[in-house]
Amino acid sequence: MPTAISTSPLSRPAEAQDIRPRVAKAGAELLLDALEEQGVDLIFGYPGGAVLPIYDALFKRDSIRHVMVRHEQGAVHAAEGYARSTGKVGVVLVTSGPGATNAVTGLADALLDSIPLVCITGQVARPLIGTDAFQECDTVGITRSCTKYNYLVPTAHKLSTIVHEAFHIARNGRPGPVVIDIPKDVQFEQGLYTARADAQKRNCIVTPPVNQAQIEQTVEMMRHARRPVLYTGGGVINAGRRASEALRMLARETGFPVTSTLMGLGAFPASDPQWLGMLGMHGSLEANGAMHDCDLMIAIGARFDDRITGRLDAFSPNSRKVHIDIDPSSINKNVRVDIGIVGNAGEVMEAIVAEWRRRRRPEPHDGARLDSWRAQIAKWRNRKSFSFENCDRQIKPQFAIERLFALTRDRNVYVTTEVGQHQMWAAQHFHFDEPNRWMTSGGLGTMGYGLPAAIGVQAAHRDALVIDIAGDASVQMTMQEMSTAVQHDLPVKIFILNNAYLGMVRQWQELLHGGRYSHSYSDSLPDFVKLAEAYGCVGLRARTPAELDAKIIEMIEVKKPVLFDCVVTREENVFPMIPSGAAHNEMLFGGHHVSGDEISEEGRALV
Amino acid sequence: MTTDTAPSQSVYPVTRDEGASSEAILAVIVDNEPGVLARVVGLISARGYNIESLTVAETDVEKHTSRITIVTTGTPAKIEQIKAQLGRLVPVRRVIDVSREADALERELALIKVINSGDHRLESMRLADIFRARALDTTHASFVFEITGARDKINAFIELMKPLGLKEVSRTGVLSIRRGAESD
Repeated sequence: MPTAISTSPLSRPAEAQDIRPRVAKAGAELLLDALEEQGVDLIFGYPGGAVLPIYDALFKRDSIRHVMVRHEQGAVHAAEGYARSTGKVGVVLVTSGPGATNAVTGLADALLDSIPLVCITGQVARPLIGTDAFQECDTVGITRSCTKYNYLVPTAHKLSTIVHEAFHIARNGRPGPVVIDIPKDVQFEQGLYTARADAQKRNCIVTPPVNQAQIEQTVEMMRHARRPVLYTGGGVINAGRRASEALRMLARETGFPVTSTLMGLGAFPASDPQWLGMLGMHGSLEANGAMHDCDLMIAIGARFDDRITGRLDAFSPNSRKVHIDIDPSSINKNVRVDIGIVGNAGEVMEAIVAEWRRRRRPEPHDGARLDSWRAQIAKWRNRKSFSFENCDRQIKPQFAIERLFALTRDRNVYVTTEVGQHQMWAAQHFHFDEPNRWMTSGGLGTMGYGLPAAIGVQAAHRDALVIDIAGDASVQMTMQEMSTAVQHDLPVKIFILNNAYLGMVRQWQELLHGGRYSHSYSDSLPDFVKLAEAYGCVGLRARTPAELDAKIIEMIEVKKPVLFDCVVTREENVFPMIPSGAAHNEMLFGGHHVSGDEISEEGRALV
Repeated sequence: MTTDTAPSQSVYPVTRDEGASSEAILAVIVDNEPGVLARVVGLISARGYNIESLTVAETDVEKHTSRITIVTTGTPAKIEQIKAQLGRLVPVRRVIDVSREADALERELALIKVINSGDHRLESMRLADIFRARALDTTHASFVFEITGARDKINAFIELMKPLGLKEVSRTGVLSIRRGAESD
């Protein structure tokens, strides 16, 4: 292998950046060169035998920061938090065998929520593959169904091309995680670098141009709609700032009410009068009512998940439906639609706005057309479906979120959550006016997501206030990452709604299983304040509504990671709720006495 | 349950899938790379689709592409979903619904071993002749026939051989291509 080869005379002269002679380098260096060219400045990872050459190369570079986590699942969630709050690709580096298998939960989470990640895993040396070597596992086989794509790098020569293609795949089309499995001897092997511009990228992700005929049909339907609703999802956030702007413009121009899935919160400002709140199982009455009774539904970057639709045969029975999605397989998957538009949410919405404006002049828009619909929505809104009965002795979890929101309103705040009751209360009572501010595990529902995700967000936004709204059970799944936060000086605030229960499990047991709380209590909880101190961060506790505000302010002021133990009422349930197997117009409300017969026999089979 | 045919496998209530279940032959043109077959097969099993047969081989050495022919069954909506999901895989270049083409050619090859003697031996030879099957291998006690044709023809031949000492069957699965000058 020659150690230095001058630039090939065949290379294109216009490529100005290609003035460096092509020097053969070790695979580990080629990897970092490629990451640098992709603009990577931050990696979340955990070292181990099969990635030592990469860590050695990383030691000599100042251009790429590395956040060492305490468990590989945390690395992937942190990268997800980074990606979701910045719109960039998150990068993970873990070792072979257990390093890779520990990362699997995070990869599956990123796949379901369409988060762009590149996860580099070490692999045993090529001659050892298939011999059941130490820390060997079939990473490509294991991760095949929980990644958008994955690679086993065959030679150092191909490494940089693969990295460039991996980033291309992760960020384009419907985003997702990509794994690059690099055998240890490939990390040592000498190879030549291929620049990003020269790397062959498969044209695997084709976003078709906006289909004007479909846009015209859609606008025609919009012009005649009397009860329209815009149903938006995480696709709008993934499509970038421009898509959120387009959505706001579309809503303003048409006057249509807007609802969103859990994943799409923030794309449309919650302070806007056209905002209906979140829809779905724990969504607002006005959002679910509008979905059920509408005559035109425009789904934008949302995928008709079962938590949204409830009973499919009773889902929005009298509406015509338009579905805008970048992934053709999402269209007509769960719900048949009248028009399926494949494309980037932002581009399609811009085209719709342009067509709407073009048509408005010859046929004046009938402003009164939506009046009765608005009156109906106002009626639903007046029901105040998120309301709860407050208490002056104990902290209600909803009240805690309300206070947290009120006291952080004027700040540069990012919120992550774990999964469970606290997640739903956060979605209901913490309001977002901007996209990329809300990071939650929507599709996979991964308990333990929020703490590492907050670390990823904080690593990307050093000066921001990053809060993980957590539950006492979820937070213990990735609690060890507090140590990461302390080591890297990332002052995340872990706000635990502590009801000493696996609250959502208990709620379901109450509704479905006759109140038999089988293994859903959190006995032997740690003392979170002492735990915080043990980790070298700050522990705070609030037990009464009277002390809550002062403690929250203290949490915000502290320039260190904080574990906030907010002791809340134990038996509170999340309302409103569409019981499983029920339709959007069959909601349960707070204060409602629920018992085991509340849910139909079929509904009980649903989770 | 809202379906009035067979109950759904899903615990979620499903809307009645319009249209009768029918067979589809899909030709999937893929990059010939390690693991590509596992991706296709894994997707089909993970999403609970049927495979009746699957055939794969490299078809363009220069472009490094293979053609996978899949025979599957489902309602029109299900077939559309299978096509869309296959199309999402990175190494998949095209998915062609061959059965949609009125003029698609379908062929399969089978090797069939029969063990018999006397009248049965004569009868199996006579039938092989009618079906244009070739005897690839002969012993005093056995034949191995090679037969090509559409699946129905092969199925018929196998049925006829059953009472005549059918011992073993090996089939390639369906191959298909479009008639005429047009190509996929």
